[in-house]
Amino acid sequence: MTVPDEYTSELHDVEEAEHAEEALHGRPFELAAVRSRSGLLPDLVRDRLGFASLIFLVLLILSAIFGPMILDIDPNAGNLSNAMQPPVWHGGSWDHIFGTDWQGYDVLSRLLAGARTSLIIGVLVVLFAGTFGVLIGLWAGYKGGRTDRWLMGWVDVQVSFPGLLLAMLLIALVGGSVASITFILAVNGWMVYGRMTRGVVLSVKERPFVEAAEIIGCKPKRVVFTHILPNLVTPLATLAVLEFARIILAEAALSFLGLGIQYPGVSWGLDISRAGDHELFGNQWLIIYPGVLLSLTVLAVNLLSSWLRVALDPQEREKKFAAAAIGSGKGAA
Amino acid sequence: MSDQTATATPLLQVDRLSIRFPVGRSGFWGKQVNYVSAIDDVSFSISPGETLGLVGESGSGKTTLGRAVLRRLTPAAGSITFKGNDITATTGEELRQLRRHMQLVFQDPYASLNPRKTVLQLVAEPLVVHGLAKNTEDARATVTDLLDRCGLPVDTIDRYAHAFSGGQRQRIGIARALSLRPDFIVADEPVSALDVSVRAQVVNLLQDLQAELGLTYLFIAHDLSVVRHISHRIAILYSGKLVEIAPTHSLYESPLHPYTEALLSSVPIPDPPVQRARRRIVLQGEIPNPVNPPDGCRFQTRCPLVEARCRVETPPLEEKLPDHWAACFVR
Repeated sequence: MTVPDEYTSELHDVEEAEHAEEALHGRPFELAAVRSRSGLLPDLVRDRLGFASLIFLVLLILSAIFGPMILDIDPNAGNLSNAMQPPVWHGGSWDHIFGTDWQGYDVLSRLLAGARTSLIIGVLVVLFAGTFGVLIGLWAGYKGGRTDRWLMGWVDVQVSFPGLLLAMLLIALVGGSVASITFILAVNGWMVYGRMTRGVVLSVKERPFVEAAEIIGCKPKRVVFTHILPNLVTPLATLAVLEFARIILAEAALSFLGLGIQYPGVSWGLDISRAGDHELFGNQWLIIYPGVLLSLTVLAVNLLSSWLRVALDPQEREKKFAAAAIGSGKGAA
Repeated sequence: MSDQTATATPLLQVDRLSIRFPVGRSGFWGKQVNYVSAIDDVSFSISPGETLGLVGESGSGKTTLGRAVLRRLTPAAGSITFKGNDITATTGEELRQLRRHMQLVFQDPYASLNPRKTVLQLVAEPLVVHGLAKNTEDARATVTDLLDRCGLPVDTIDRYAHAFSGGQRQRIGIARALSLRPDFIVADEPVSALDVSVRAQVVNLLQDLQAELGLTYLFIAHDLSVVRHISHRIAILYSGKLVEIAPTHSLYESPLHPYTEALLSSVPIPDPPVQRARRRIVLQGEIPNPVNPPDGCRFQTRCPLVEARCRVETPPLEEKLPDHWAACFVR
């Protein structure tokens, strides 16, 4: 294991973690730093906000998958005689735990179905836009020259094209469904991956081991995918998580504006919009539940991504442990 | 220059090679106007089984020359002939096949090994990409043999490069370069990043491998004592120009070019009274700007022997002693 020196640019070899621990007996802060390399999960538990975010997201994903199976209520089955029931803690019935809206739709089942929509769109868009953007970025960055100029020119043109206009156009043509929203957001969101990938490729491809791969006779495809791409994983993982949060918000915004998911689809943004149109005062829960869920999801994803950025970057991790050591060192003195 | 090594057919022949790098653009369309002349009109040849040491200060173009010979750079002028074939314009698949015959040992053993690969994967990769092994596992026996030959314990085969010291990493790099059984190896300052204590080991390894496998080296260095130890002939590069090329003993005993003299006088002798008694030539002045080199000899700005003629005409490389070529009007 190679550890950078604190004072010079040298690298020091640390044989194995166990040997390192022996040597650090009686030096608790350095010991903690060495141990922390062993796993990501213990490190995550230590980061309380990150860990809470992970728990929240896991719960959200589980309820989006299994919730609708357990709670067997069609989110679009309205019964006007049941309309406007309060939640169970405001004297409502257990049949509709979170109450019903003015059309008699069950609020909880709509929240769960909305979570499904958000998560599916988020994952699909990150997958499609990420794959496409990364491929374009790899191509532009590795080839350089004219290819790079043309591809980055394409990115510039796409960035300057208003996404909302594209969304209006497509919704008018094919209607708002999960597929069309995914398409719109992916077409409108791949450029950031392309830009970032290209930037990192430009620096990674100058490293000697990439030249070594070329000199031993690797074909360009092999150089890019086995030597360059693995070194992009850290920044790309962070970007993908952040983009996931942005996509969930974008879907909600589009649906809120009526340019996204349409009836009979269910989406948090659509429900916020619907509740806003109807008797907001006195029935705040109809707008608060999807709104709070949306905010919490985005917040959790962002918190998790800032943990991920530090956790996947060895330099950042060392900074964190140095800060911890200084902090507790003061306390001991 | 061609009759310089008339005794044997050269493995590599470089003829009037020039390399230029574009710097700066001007005008509305970004027209290329300025070039750095990194290598200017350089000719030399290397016979099979020979080691040619290439010496020069930082920025003299020795790494550029090494890369050009490997066809990593496109020459602006001149030709490179390898095993009788003109490889000046070779590209694509043909160039990839050429890699089986010419390889590079890197200067930095830390940065030149992919940190995400094991020793087996690193050394087997050339075999896999050239179809000499079906996959990494298939090459295990060959890699074991190579590691053994390069003085690495064979039980290290499944470890990652970061578990090794600098000297061991350089041995991995050498094993990788050798895996394709090349005839010709460019060693780009292979020991300058290593501790002094392990330099000798790596240099000796390179010499042993040369004796066993009949390798030919272009050994790039700035450490004159290492070069003297390993080279049969030495070429001195100054500001992209070859100023002197001679058999090692002849160069060290009777250096002809004033720059070579200055270089040799800077090598410390491990004997304090002798070292104190030596006349050291300390060069004054600046290296000329390679974007706009002066007319005439490129060493004129620092040369102690400079004459009026040196500022007008470029001195040609001439055979001043048997097989000892230098580019100087005065000597």
